[in-house]
Amino acid sequence: MRRRDGPRPEVLLALCGAGFLLFNFPLLLIWDQPLTILGLPLLPVVLFVVWGGLIAALAWVSARSARPPRSDRAGNRRKGE
Amino acid sequence: MTDKVLIADDEPNIVVSLSFMLKREGYEVLVAPDGLQALDMIRSDPPRLVLLDAAMPGMNGFDVCEAVRADPGLSGVRILMLTAKGRETDIARGMGAGADAYVTKPFSTRELIVRIRELLA
Amino acid sequence: MIQPGFVLAASFGYLVLLVAVAAHGDRRAGQGRSLIDSSLVYALSWGVYCSAWTYFGSIGRAALGGVWFLPIYLGPMLAMLLAWLVLRKMVRIARSYRITSIADFIASRYGKSPLLAALVTLITVVGILPYIALQLKAVSAGYEALTGGQGQSDMAWWRDGTLYMALSLAGFAVVFGTRHLDLSERHEGMVAAIAFESAVKLAAFLAVGVFVTYGLFAGMGDIWARAQAQPDIANLLRLDGLGFEGFQGAQWFALTLLSMLSVLMLPRQFQMMVVECVDERHILRAAWLFPAYLLLINIFVLPIAIGGMLMMGDAGAGAESYVLTLPLSQGAAWLALLAYIGGLSAATGMIIVETVAVSTMVCNDLVMPALLRSGRFAQAGGDLTRLLLNIRRAAILLVLLLGYLYFRVAGEAYALVSIGLISFAAVAQFAPALLGGMYWRGATRAGALGGLIGGSLVWAYTLMLPSVARSGWIGADFLDGPFGLTFLAPQRLFGLSGFDELTHSLFWSLLVNIALYVGLSLIGRASAREASQALLFVDVFERGQAQPVFWRGRARPEDLRRLAGRFLGAARAEALFRDHARETGTALDSLTADARLVDRVERQIAGAIGTASARVMVESVSQEEPLSLDDVLEIIDEASQVRVYARELEEATIELRAANEKLKSLDQLKDDFMSSVTHELRTPLTSIRALTELMLDTPDIESAQRDEFLGIILSESERLSRLVNQVLDLAKIEAGVAEWHTTRVDMKALIAAALRATAELFREHGTEVALDLPERVPMVLADPDRLTQVLVNLLSNAAKFVPKGRGRVQIVLLRQGDELVVKVRDNGPGVAPGDQATVFEKFRQGGDACNRPPGTGLGLPISRQIVVNLGGRMWLESRPGQGACFAFSLPLQGQGRSR
Repeated sequence: MRRRDGPRPEVLLALCGAGFLLFNFPLLLIWDQPLTILGLPLLPVVLFVVWGGLIAALAWVSARSARPPRSDRAGNRRKGE
Repeated sequence: MTDKVLIADDEPNIVVSLSFMLKREGYEVLVAPDGLQALDMIRSDPPRLVLLDAAMPGMNGFDVCEAVRADPGLSGVRILMLTAKGRETDIARGMGAGADAYVTKPFSTRELIVRIRELLA
Repeated sequence: MIQPGFVLAASFGYLVLLVAVAAHGDRRAGQGRSLIDSSLVYALSWGVYCSAWTYFGSIGRAALGGVWFLPIYLGPMLAMLLAWLVLRKMVRIARSYRITSIADFIASRYGKSPLLAALVTLITVVGILPYIALQLKAVSAGYEALTGGQGQSDMAWWRDGTLYMALSLAGFAVVFGTRHLDLSERHEGMVAAIAFESAVKLAAFLAVGVFVTYGLFAGMGDIWARAQAQPDIANLLRLDGLGFEGFQGAQWFALTLLSMLSVLMLPRQFQMMVVECVDERHILRAAWLFPAYLLLINIFVLPIAIGGMLMMGDAGAGAESYVLTLPLSQGAAWLALLAYIGGLSAATGMIIVETVAVSTMVCNDLVMPALLRSGRFAQAGGDLTRLLLNIRRAAILLVLLLGYLYFRVAGEAYALVSIGLISFAAVAQFAPALLGGMYWRGATRAGALGGLIGGSLVWAYTLMLPSVARSGWIGADFLDGPFGLTFLAPQRLFGLSGFDELTHSLFWSLLVNIALYVGLSLIGRASAREASQALLFVDVFERGQAQPVFWRGRARPEDLRRLAGRFLGAARAEALFRDHARETGTALDSLTADARLVDRVERQIAGAIGTASARVMVESVSQEEPLSLDDVLEIIDEASQVRVYARELEEATIELRAANEKLKSLDQLKDDFMSSVTHELRTPLTSIRALTELMLDTPDIESAQRDEFLGIILSESERLSRLVNQVLDLAKIEAGVAEWHTTRVDMKALIAAALRATAELFREHGTEVALDLPERVPMVLADPDRLTQVLVNLLSNAAKFVPKGRGRVQIVLLRQGDELVVKVRDNGPGVAPGDQATVFEKFRQGGDACNRPPGTGLGLPISRQIVVNLGGRMWLESRPGQGACFAFSLPLQGQGRSR
């Protein structure tokens, strides 16, 4: 009955779980190497890239599910929910 | 110098009567059979006054009036709206579009000519 | 070095600007054009998370531990992934029950317990004061670094600029944070100012970052390449950089979890995210904009930290002011000043919001209950609104002065970072009670109290006291266990070693907290009030308008009204009762104090003094029947019944509304029809009147001219009478009052008759008419005159539209199944696809007006109406360029619906 007007809870929970894993022991150890990428140390670069990736994923998931404000919604319902 | 007046109406018989009346009063008369042509003619050679029918094919009188009012170069053009629909909302809409006067059909030519003289005074 | 006067002037100028922004925000709100009603501003206001601790402390931490500054910002990222689920629920609950602080939230969930509210407030004040002191310290330290001044804090207190700074911030918070009495109204100006501060600190930090990375060095790669020459710096960017053996995965995890909880539990975050939320849909975008903000503000932390170490050669406490000292050492005084303003904005933003949030709690949950209990206020009438506002203002001043005192007394004892984490760990104690309460109906007040008390005691013992001990206020031997009991050593409880003190404390405190919370909840029994509040919280999304009201008893409306007047002011109380009367459809003076009214009053008061105090006040003016658990269940049952009714009612309403719309559109149609008829009548009338008048007024008119005019008048008169006839005709058919003379009809004969009637038209334009008729056709039952009218109309239409001289019209008669079909095909321009749907509507004439043959626009609608009345159909087959073909069919067996 409840109208869905945001991302699905399962998707968000999955993203959060993935973030927790990626940001923590032991996966973090993979990147703990004395290597550089484009001249920059690997670990911080990976942390920032994963971080940016999570933001992008959240933005994408949110934008995809965003519905126009309630007042316009009647017109869009036809498109099939 | 005679004032130029444009008649924009899609009813040929009304155009006949209006142009006869205006010529008798000594104005130079131009005729446009629909809204788009009327707007073209107003833009290419702005008349002093436009007698504008509200219901015309192509582009209706209200839209023509709004377009003229949106063009700062045409601020000298007076607009008298003519309409066969005498409802309050139509009058309000005409005034909202920026018409200088609003006359409902059927009009009296005597009264109309007084209004025209006022507008061109 | 920069002249102190200059720095002071810039700081003052910045505060003035802040006041202007806030005043603008309030003005816009007053005009109804809210500045903060946008997800971007909302997200920026969350940026208050980045206090001076971030601004200065992160770099210090990065200089010591490399990437270890990051978990504090990765946690919020993870929390924001769930914001749409968790934060939205918090916002919805707070909005529904007019909750205005985190203490109120927790207390309200567990049966509106004043004790819980006071406890949460106490923990907050103890946990947050050092944090506010930290902000003051940061600003003061920044000032020293910038001016090269030394030992400001050695000065007499009345010469200390930090005090005046604290006082002016208190002034700001008083002006923009205590505008309305009703706390559930937003502080638009304050939020606008905080969002502005977030933008300023981000811009300033990025400016310094770019200056260091690309001005002093040739990019991040260059900084790193040079750092690798120094082994101690090179090792920094490994996970074991903090100097521990191996990777402290537990500490990393603890920091992530801690910041994940704090970003929701810190009073200032609760204030910005929950209380000041304009529209819960903003959460969707803000949830990713905010982590993006955090990412941006952190991107230059490592470059500045490493760059600073390379250039300044020290990694001690000095690293915390690299944002100021690095530009200063290069002579970029303006940039250093900008960086200082950025740090100032980080500190002031945090202080303002935190004091407003904490003062709300102190006023509603510590001071109010004491006042109400003292009896004097409970009895006395009188408007308390002014008193309430003043208490809140005093609380703001008090909190800030306490923060300042803390800064003066203990400011030198800690590094910035540790203070922040101690505060984080304190507010993390709220998490089990708050989050659990939103999802677990079985959680009880006893569990929440136990968990909070246990957790915060452990926090104080394992984290707070050791840091106090290190400042030398209690004997350092305390750290080895009180009274020589080593298993009670605060940093190695029960011999659990190998963790850093934060992880150790967080583990024990949350363990005790959760264990007591769950355990006591499972053992004990919830009271009826707890159970009802649990349902209201957990199922907040489940209920629409029909929320159950858990109240039974007797109250007098005038008592409620007096009560509301005391806390809301007379005007708002009046409006509240008036609204209620209107919504329930009763007269204002015959209102009864039913459960809904009581609930409504209680909620409104809760917005001003908190739910717990509001409960006490409502209790004091009514005789309540205590509810049992069974009563609660019964009320819920009723409510769900009501919900079913409400849904049915809603469906009925939707149907009614649809019917009404239909009627309205019918009305509109009729109106349009009348308007069209008027238009069609007025047009010929206009010509007739105008030409007649002109001829009268022009006696010397030429005769040719006069004849033309007379001709027009004649034809327009004909048009007019034709129109009148047709309108009447159509009206008669539509109204069903037309007379029908149905007989057996030979269609071939009718076609021949119609052709005779229109022969002149075709001959005139040289149009060729072809007939395609079968030898014999069955007779049909119809009205021959009406049918002839249809045929003549179709034929004359065709005659009008075919090209002159080469027109061709074909009439086809054929039998199709049990229908007789007549088609009239022409080689005219056809009907444009866009017009095909409307040709049968009234006054829709084909073609444009000038090239259009004369007609009334009623012929086709009338024809179709006739055919339909005879039990047939009429339609158009047309492809543009290939002419039009109008066709109709009549049933062979069918009896025309003769009337």
